[in-house]
Amino acid sequence: MEPAERLDQNHEFSLREFPYIIRWREDRCTRCGRCTAVCPVNAIEPSVFAQRLVQSEGSTPLPSTVRKIMHGIRQVTDMERYCTGCGSCSLVCPTVAIEPEYNPRHKFLFYKNKGGVPYTRGGRRNDPSPSTVDQMKFTRISMLTDPALDAGRHEFHIRTLLGRILPPEKLPLEVKDGLLAVREDIGFIPPVREIYPIRIGSMSVGALSPHMWEGLAMGVAYLNEVEGLPVVMCTGEGGIPPRLLTSRFAKYFILQIASGYFGWDEIIHAIPRMVEDPAAIEIKYGQGAKPGDGGLLMAYKVLKLIAKIRGVPEYVDLASPPTHQTQYSIEEAVAKMIQSMSMAWGFRVPVYPKISGTKTARAVLNNLARNPYAAALCIDGEDGGTGAAYNVSMDKMGHPIASNIRDCYLDLVKQGKQNELPLIAAGGMGKTGSLAANAAAMIMLGASAVDIGKYIMQSAAQCFGDEYNRCNLCNTGRCPRGITTQDPKLYRRLDPDKVAERVVDVFKSADMELKKIFAPMGRSTQLPIGMSDGLGVADKEIAERLKISYVC
Amino acid sequence: MCRLSAITSGRYFSPLENILALETMKEGHDGSGLGLVLKDLGGMFKDMKGYPILSGICSDKGLEIMDQYMKARGFEELLFWEPDIHAVPGSDIQRRDHYFAKVYNYPAEMRELPMPEKEDLLMNTRLALRSIGERDESIFVFSFYPDVITLKEVGDPLQLAEFFGLDKGKLTAKIILAQGRQNTNYAIYLYACHPFFIQGYCTMTNGENTAFVPIREFISSRGFPGYTGYNSDSEVFTHILHYCHRQLKYPLSYYKDVITPLKNSEIEKRPDSRALGLIKNSLRPLCIDGPNCVIGFTPDGTVFMAQDSKKLRPGVVGGAPGKFALMSEECGLDKAVPVRDKAADFSPMKYDMVIVTPDARELKQWNQLNV
Repeated sequence: MEPAERLDQNHEFSLREFPYIIRWREDRCTRCGRCTAVCPVNAIEPSVFAQRLVQSEGSTPLPSTVRKIMHGIRQVTDMERYCTGCGSCSLVCPTVAIEPEYNPRHKFLFYKNKGGVPYTRGGRRNDPSPSTVDQMKFTRISMLTDPALDAGRHEFHIRTLLGRILPPEKLPLEVKDGLLAVREDIGFIPPVREIYPIRIGSMSVGALSPHMWEGLAMGVAYLNEVEGLPVVMCTGEGGIPPRLLTSRFAKYFILQIASGYFGWDEIIHAIPRMVEDPAAIEIKYGQGAKPGDGGLLMAYKVLKLIAKIRGVPEYVDLASPPTHQTQYSIEEAVAKMIQSMSMAWGFRVPVYPKISGTKTARAVLNNLARNPYAAALCIDGEDGGTGAAYNVSMDKMGHPIASNIRDCYLDLVKQGKQNELPLIAAGGMGKTGSLAANAAAMIMLGASAVDIGKYIMQSAAQCFGDEYNRCNLCNTGRCPRGITTQDPKLYRRLDPDKVAERVVDVFKSADMELKKIFAPMGRSTQLPIGMSDGLGVADKEIAERLKISYVC
Repeated sequence: MCRLSAITSGRYFSPLENILALETMKEGHDGSGLGLVLKDLGGMFKDMKGYPILSGICSDKGLEIMDQYMKARGFEELLFWEPDIHAVPGSDIQRRDHYFAKVYNYPAEMRELPMPEKEDLLMNTRLALRSIGERDESIFVFSFYPDVITLKEVGDPLQLAEFFGLDKGKLTAKIILAQGRQNTNYAIYLYACHPFFIQGYCTMTNGENTAFVPIREFISSRGFPGYTGYNSDSEVFTHILHYCHRQLKYPLSYYKDVITPLKNSEIEKRPDSRALGLIKNSLRPLCIDGPNCVIGFTPDGTVFMAQDSKKLRPGVVGGAPGKFALMSEECGLDKAVPVRDKAADFSPMKYDMVIVTPDARELKQWNQLNV
């Protein structure tokens, strides 16, 4: 028997399957068409409706019905053109006639695999629940037995060290005329940078639009040179604009090398022309948002500038493999590469690996602890973001950052090396907007610094993304805010000066908030790394796991 | 708040002098306890300077266990001193079985060892006795070192002086550190009582150490068995001193540079800037934020006072060559050294450290910025 699908639309989707449903108000709409023009996924389109109206004209009620043809907006029910909830339509609508509404009962993931292709996207793990670090409270308040400091009056030194720090027992010191002096026959003293404990994590030129990257870079330079905050920023994989590399501003940037080595031919050749060493070199082995997965810059993002910086032809897919193909074991992957990169800058630049959060982080850590050239370990937790990944990797793979960092820190404490190898926590910092509180909590759990990515996109460039899969179009090159696109029509929406201003706002306010946290806890001179007695959490199991106080 | 009373002198004097000075500062402490460490002893100990003295508190059972332990390890008991205990009417001092100072000779095979090895033997013996007697509180041992006696008890310092018979003048020394009020932020426990002692180094502190946990974790992970205890957040001050001066062999003034490191811009102006920059980074976890006033001595008899760099606690030093007092308050100084040039009294501030050389010969004001 012939199926009846043509008659009852049984194989089509109803709007209730979709994660966002467009609420359109016919009475307000002027049919200007801006919403349909701006929609990055063509989820809405102009449409024609037949409408039955009851009307009455004249001085006495005399209702009659008429049938009219009406123009309006319709949400399509094609799963490939699902509404992402970004809200660009609302943004441009002059009469507040349209907005997407989250549909908590959607069944999107059941269907978003057409052609056998799993759902891929950019953004973050879709988990709106507060992370462990968001549940931390600062419960050790100095008062009568120990007067609190004044965040407005006292001098605070909110800085951290990036680089391998020699244990005091190994410092090449001697006493000369009653003073300590560095011995002439000194061995290798590793380079150490004093930086701000919140860094801008790795986001590449290519993943970010030129305006976004430029805005971040300008903000960072301003913070360093005008505000005196030594904030550093990591380039991500894909090189760095050549003029910046050979400028005096290069010292504010951490150059990342990852498994595709994109941009490194250009960097290595530019070393003789560099006037400043970079802040550090980050070797990326993994990413919290998509552990065990490589990177991919889609061909349509590889425009002329990107191709030049990365040293590749234009318009080709740029895949970074999941692992460094030239490396075999951890000894090679870590030790050789760290030494090679150190050697490139005459051992004047800290070199450290970044891994994704994992149960095996301590194994990596212990290898690094034995390697005198390893400058730090950056761990990127499951709440980290990315420009492109499989949804399943983002949602289900990875390790929460809090216990990963805590375990590593306590491992270092056991070995007495907690001050030698700085731990950098990334992934989900400021997930719910509490950047300073998250950073302070991670520091008290044992991190020396934290990295932010999504947070700065949100706060400096109003990224639409959230934990309800809103927007998350970074992988498509159609970022409606102009943050993660190489399309000039889109990124011209973003003003780099405004991004830079916001970067400065963010760091200055975080700095004040950190003082407001540290002052009542009586700390100001050094960062309270590992001051776990200052933390409490109203969850017994978390408290026990992290070895902090349970409070209720 | 705690009150500190330290006196260093070229002549032997009674700890009663410290306690009377504490009494003048009583508005600042609650009389909840007394800790005394005496160094360079006079009286009956004067001629036994080369022999280690074990001092502490124990029960009858604890005494028996301790004696057996020491005998089995080859320590030969030369002298057993106990204070003449006097009941003090109206006081609530709980008398324990034994307050003791036992002078030993080293085990025969250890007598010719160099001093650092002897120091390790003494410390490990003290730690072993502590672990034997800590659970049932049958043995408390505070110090085991040549020419040093420690006395501690809960109660009013002046009443305790009478209780221990310190007013009889039999117990004397050239350096005495005394602290009134014993860690009353928490339950009073004898091992939490100042002053703290390790291998010839001793400190007592006024204040609360906000950086306690990172410091404890760092110092106790140095692989040195004596860095343990920490019933008080102030014990780390003694261990930082020991670590910097004995283990790392830094001159004493660097103790101040470690606990209150200078800013980088200030370090650049110091002649030892390169070394100072390195130790600032490498000893970063030992930085304190106060409020703390630390008074202590080193094995050679140098006595010092240093403050944290922001909050500070009261502290003043004065006297004349031959006798200097390091006190929490001026009234304590007046009591301990009434005849002196008061204009020369000195209260160390954020960059200062006061160092009195052995036998109270000279008082040096050292400043971190003027090296």
